Amino acid sequence: MPTFDFTTLAIIIVGLMGGVLGVVGYLTLAERKVSAWIQDRIGPNRVGPGGLLQPLADGGKFFLKEEVIPKHVDRAFYLMAPAVAVITSLMAISVVPFGGTVAPPPPQADVAAYTAAQTEYRSKFSAVMAPAIDVGILYVFALGSLAVYGVILAGWSANNKYSLLGALRSSAQIISYEIPLGMSVLGVFLLVGSLNLESIAGWQADRGYWLVLIQPLAFGLFLVSAYAEGSRLPFDLPEAEQELVGGYHTEYSSMKLGLMLMAEYVHLVTAGFIVSILFFGGWSLFGAEAIFDGTPWLAAVWKAAILIGKMLAYCGFALLVRWTIPRFRFDQLMSIAWKVLIPLAIANVIAVIVVKQYGWKLGWLTILSAGLFVLMGIVSVKWRGSVTMPKRAVRKLPPGLPAGVTYAGK
Amino acid sequence: MKPGFALETGFQECEEKPGFALETGFQECEEKPGFQSETGFQGFPMPMAESDVRWVEEPKLGFWDQLYIPAMIDGLKTTVGHMFGKKVTEQYPEQEPKLPPNYRGVHRLNRDGEGRVKCVACYMCATACPAHCIDIVAAPSPPEWTGREKYPETFVIDELRCIYCGMCEEACPVDAIELTTLYDLTGLSREQMVFDKEKLLSVFDTTTNAGTDPIRTKSGRLGPASDMPI
Repeated sequence: MPTFDFTTLAIIIVGLMGGVLGVVGYLTLAERKVSAWIQDRIGPNRVGPGGLLQPLADGGKFFLKEEVIPKHVDRAFYLMAPAVAVITSLMAISVVPFGGTVAPPPPQADVAAYTAAQTEYRSKFSAVMAPAIDVGILYVFALGSLAVYGVILAGWSANNKYSLLGALRSSAQIISYEIPLGMSVLGVFLLVGSLNLESIAGWQADRGYWLVLIQPLAFGLFLVSAYAEGSRLPFDLPEAEQELVGGYHTEYSSMKLGLMLMAEYVHLVTAGFIVSILFFGGWSLFGAEAIFDGTPWLAAVWKAAILIGKMLAYCGFALLVRWTIPRFRFDQLMSIAWKVLIPLAIANVIAVIVVKQYGWKLGWLTILSAGLFVLMGIVSVKWRGSVTMPKRAVRKLPPGLPAGVTYAGK
Repeated sequence: MKPGFALETGFQECEEKPGFALETGFQECEEKPGFQSETGFQGFPMPMAESDVRWVEEPKLGFWDQLYIPAMIDGLKTTVGHMFGKKVTEQYPEQEPKLPPNYRGVHRLNRDGEGRVKCVACYMCATACPAHCIDIVAAPSPPEWTGREKYPETFVIDELRCIYCGMCEEACPVDAIELTTLYDLTGLSREQMVFDKEKLLSVFDTTTNAGTDPIRTKSGRLGPASDMPI
């Protein structure tokens, strides 16, 4: 463990929280801008130069809006839900590196070696709020599943059918997609031998290649599951505006709605960091990360810039995907998770185990991943979606029925 | 025999059609000649001829479609293409919209060649108005106004009541009332939005000077009454 230095820690916490919330604010602007561009519009451009102060205006508006608490809600839970949503999503950030990190030392043979390794480790700076957490990613997943409580509490306490439906969908969705989410990265853990995010980033930096190259299938599964976990389109069924008004946050107003929306974007940012670290080498950039190693502060800024750049690229991709793929139907959503993603994730883990067991070259994993993916395509063609998308038997209507008469025959 | 039974017999031998028809919404098979329900009901005829129905085959998903990634790249191409494509937004207050010349905006009362109100207070527009927003008080025209008997003493249009259908200008026999292309109609109170004769005549003055004359009554033949010497 690095020394507990209150000042440094306070600076990191304040800086990271402020940074994340700032990114979240500007993600809302980016979302509106990108949506506008894709729809051949210009987007918000009135507040500040090119609309750059729009997030401030939005935030101010959220604070100034009237606080409406409907009579029919369960007050305690209604007030608790936004807090739960935001707290859990912000807590997950604490173990996520946001810049250059040093992997914690592995277990040592004796006390002297251990002390020496620890002293060496402490002398270096790691851009994490809570460094050397060995459960690392599991903590993030755990908090990710806790976040569903915010949604469920909101939906239940609102005493409103739309909200409840949204919350039910959300809980079913998040519980389903947690399985492929966790399973897909099992292969990464097996390869790296650690759950610690700093170690995973360090492993890739040491070898000079990224895990996405040897685990492309896992990356795909993780990406899909992460979108579903964060309720991003095409998996935004919990708040499908066209079907459920606003889903679980229908009854919220003012800053409570703002917090709900903020929690979602924090999820997106966290997912961006995690994807960058797990699959895209964290702060490594094919040797380019070492350019400024002479000056420590510049090196730290540079590495943080690399990692944050990767995170922002992920967020930008999410914004693009939002307007590219239409929303899935709920049964399709469940089918994808249980009949496609989970079997593929299990097969991927088995592939990693086989490669590790027989000591094959890691390049084989790329081939195996691609093979599994192609196999899945072949199986789908073979079965014609009869398993993943079973067709409902549609009864043909007899001719000449008067309008409005549904046929109730055999 | 129950009435429902005949329907069921009509149902049993239905020719299998491939795919489904988008136009009809549900698959309907060709009517058997002998089909008739107990009540003699023949069934409603299709709203379109059978020959006009286009049968659409549901596309079968192939290997690349099942992999989903090519389709997604296709979609991304579209979205990214639009992202950098030409924008259609008009920056309204700075950039005025180009309205078609037959746009129906604020009314105006036309003047004749001598600057007098052209209206002859015939009440045709008020009668034609479906929103009852035109209020005219007619008075005998001054003796020096030759060729007409009446003129509007007051001519009031409630612009908030108006639905801008343009029936008043269609009804007007002398083309005295017209809808202009002015669209930014604002006011601070309901009273302000009730336009009287002077206001409507001033709309004529501004629009004729600005060159934003409406085209409907200017182009082509006018009504016979409008060409009469006044």
